[in-house]
Amino acid sequence: MGSTLDDARLRAQVIGILRRIAPELEEGALSDDRPLRRQVDLDSMDWLNFLVGISRELAVDIPEADYGRLVTLADLIGYLKQRRA
Amino acid sequence: MFEFRLPSLGADMDAGKLLEWTVKPGDAVRKGQVVAVVDTAKAAIDVEIWQDGTVFELLVEPGERIPVGTVLATLLEPGEQPGELRPRPPGRARISPAARKRAEALGVDAARLKGSGAGGAVTLADVEAAAAPRPAAEAGRDRQAAMRGVIAAAMSRAKREIPHYYLLETIPMARAQRWLAQANEGRPIERRLLMAVLQIKAVALALAEYPELNGHFRDGRFVPGAAAHVGVAIAMRGGGLVAPALHDVRAKSLDQLMGELADLVRRTRAGSLRSSEIADPTVTVTNLGDEGVEAVMGVIYPPQVALVGFGRVALRPWVEDGALLALPTVVASLAADHRVSDGHRGALFLAELRERLQHPEEL
Repeated sequence: MGSTLDDARLRAQVIGILRRIAPELEEGALSDDRPLRRQVDLDSMDWLNFLVGISRELAVDIPEADYGRLVTLADLIGYLKQRRA
Repeated sequence: MFEFRLPSLGADMDAGKLLEWTVKPGDAVRKGQVVAVVDTAKAAIDVEIWQDGTVFELLVEPGERIPVGTVLATLLEPGEQPGELRPRPPGRARISPAARKRAEALGVDAARLKGSGAGGAVTLADVEAAAAPRPAAEAGRDRQAAMRGVIAAAMSRAKREIPHYYLLETIPMARAQRWLAQANEGRPIERRLLMAVLQIKAVALALAEYPELNGHFRDGRFVPGAAAHVGVAIAMRGGGLVAPALHDVRAKSLDQLMGELADLVRRTRAGSLRSSEIADPTVTVTNLGDEGVEAVMGVIYPPQVALVGFGRVALRPWVEDGALLALPTVVASLAADHRVSDGHRGALFLAELRERLQHPEEL
């Protein structure tokens, strides 16, 4: 139960950071299981800025070698949970 | 005495609206200093002066829409005395007492305001409006439509006037990718480099040997660029495109270029570019990135004479020494102006670009 709450909070935080790069983003239209960059139209600079925002605010180090595993929002949230554990 | 005219900030601009002056009569200005902010269809642009001097008279008021080439101000050359010249008397600003008081409180120079009251008198509302932060561009949709219009006009002109030829070259990217991964491994995320920066630097270096691809075609002749100011095509969120310059790319390290590119993207999206960034590009690079297409064949942005495009870097079949391998490659394209260069030289340029990208450590 607690972990579901944490998930929701983490998701909201991640979307908040994403919104700073894509202010027009509608949260309801975001699917957790589709490639995030394509859904939100993030170029490589946007993507880097997004990850910089996440690593700062959530205090998680994201090595470049891990970028390939971070395709969907679900991937990202799972990864962040694991890194913060 | 010299005149400061509204510069053309690219082929797709014929007029602009003066938003504000950042100098006043009597101010000494240095070449490159921002003296005014002008709104174009694409963005609010910080307009820089191109020589040293002292502001003599401001001739256009904030809020006015003026065509490119309009004299905005007159300036004295360094050392020049105003002599017999006297600035036009500013004309006692007609202003209501309440507005004057408010202007003083807010630090607004009421003499510079255009009054909306009777007989052009400055009202309280004018003062409040002048003190309000710069309006964050016009409503998004109008801006979108206006931007679409100016892009269409510039690209129609390019397609009509520039005899384009197009060349493609597939470039192996294994070395560049490996080098980049190693370079980024030990770096904090804020300092990591993007592949786009390697590509931009490689283009600038390769252009050194093919000056006929770097510069401007104006008044029927080609003027080569003294340096490679690379216009970087930056997509605006919601549509539209701006390609401001990274200045003198050859002279800068990858780290410096990465910092400047990040800043340029941020300011482009925030609508705060400098006039030199808009007017100076001598060539454009468009990178459709790793979410992008296989290859792009772009339209040259006049008065430039070439555009280099990169598709996405992806694992593709590659034959080496008769063996079939899966390697990361990218398709680089060149669109160039046949009035200035031809396919043979263009092909040599792409070969040079491919070579440069095989030695990422030298970029």
